[in-house]
Amino acid sequence: MSNGYAKDQEFLLPANTGFIVFSLFVAVMLNWLPWHGWALALRPDFVALVLLYWCTHKPHRIGIGIAWLVGIFADVADASLFGQHALAYTVLAFGGIVLHRRVQMFDLRQQSLHVFPLLLLSYGAYAAVHWQVRGFVAWEYFLGAVTSALLWTPMTLLLQALRRPRRDPNEL
Amino acid sequence: MDDTRTLRFFNRGPSPVARLVFFSVLSLLLLFVDSRFQYLESARKVLAVMIYPFQRLTALPGEALGSVAVYFETQETLLTENAQLRQQHDADAAQLSQLQAILAENAQLRVLMDLKGRVDYPMQMAEIVYVERDIFKRKLLVNKGSQANVMPGQVVVDDFGVVGQVTRTYPWLSEVTLVTDKDHSVPIQNQRSGLRAVVFGSGDINEMALRYMPVSADIVEGDVLVTSGIDGTYPPNLPVAKVTRVERDPAYPFARITCEPLAGVDRHRALMIVSGLPELPERPEAAVEPTAEQERAKKRFKRRKP
Repeated sequence: MSNGYAKDQEFLLPANTGFIVFSLFVAVMLNWLPWHGWALALRPDFVALVLLYWCTHKPHRIGIGIAWLVGIFADVADASLFGQHALAYTVLAFGGIVLHRRVQMFDLRQQSLHVFPLLLLSYGAYAAVHWQVRGFVAWEYFLGAVTSALLWTPMTLLLQALRRPRRDPNEL
Repeated sequence: MDDTRTLRFFNRGPSPVARLVFFSVLSLLLLFVDSRFQYLESARKVLAVMIYPFQRLTALPGEALGSVAVYFETQETLLTENAQLRQQHDADAAQLSQLQAILAENAQLRVLMDLKGRVDYPMQMAEIVYVERDIFKRKLLVNKGSQANVMPGQVVVDDFGVVGQVTRTYPWLSEVTLVTDKDHSVPIQNQRSGLRAVVFGSGDINEMALRYMPVSADIVEGDVLVTSGIDGTYPPNLPVAKVTRVERDPAYPFARITCEPLAGVDRHRALMIVSGLPELPERPEAAVEPTAEQERAKKRFKRRKP
């Protein structure tokens, strides 16, 4: 590739802290848009996806602690129980960190197949807490895991493109 | 001898497994404390104030779209709407003059019968800021909070009927649980027959259920259910729901009755919070029964025991 990064070296792309924080912020804002009805059921969990992206690509920068903190803010915003999103994102980040070497070996389509069970596990943790406290589970909630997994490829492409260094226009 | 521990060249702090265990236990602890006790409400309020500006920011695109739509509304629709409203106003005015006569008569009768007069409930207007983004719940947030003297337990209505109840207040926001929420129930009375019952939310936006009614209960399709005012939480005679379907299957002990909420939650932005409630005498202490929540907790406890 012209800019010096081969296809299999995408994981070596640099990422500055500002960009990581910005991407998480945008994801949180997308999650907080006023979704309701079927759109809410089908809404991919942008925060979970971006967290998972950074956990698999930069596991030493974004870890379980940050995922937990983001989860606490999500709990306040969604008025869910304290720790409900936090637990789900903790499980997700752990899965991402443990599997990050394996995920790197595959291309994007195969990656989404790896990401789907992780997302399902995280959605399951959230639903399990809800079931234990309130006594019922809305099954359409799990549709979000499917749409999130489908969004993995476009989101990864977008973040990779934004991370790739721009060529200096003054260069020959 | 031979050391089976993995060599770690770079010290990166505790291992992922240790972190997973630590943060999971922390989450579970928070969950337990939050679901059983009230200790974390103040922390939640502080965090809610911190994220409030960002939440307003996310509501902006929708509001902007709404105002653009209003701007481009054609003159014709406005004219027809105006004519319609005028007609409605005339009809209402005629009815209102009748109502005033009836009110005066009623007041007089009540004085004669030595009954406590019906109070007019002070209301304040509030606007829906955004709907809850949790698929498990039917809740919304309105733009009046504890700064405007909104208190948990107050009833929220629109021009058609009861919308829900304030369940949590923040300084500038309050959370309204809709009558269609799965955990919500309203004591009602059938306007036609006077039959009292409780209507439950179903978790579905336009469905409610009237449970535990005997097959012989005097309820037909189209009946309007109004609040009975018996519990002292809801003011009496506010419309709540309309019966849409009655299934009487003798194989079951109870009739299956489905209702539709009258208030249009997804139609308006403005709601009214009813802030004054009739003072009821204290309930006798001996008659206090365990609430549904305690009952459930007890059951769960029993089940856990071998």
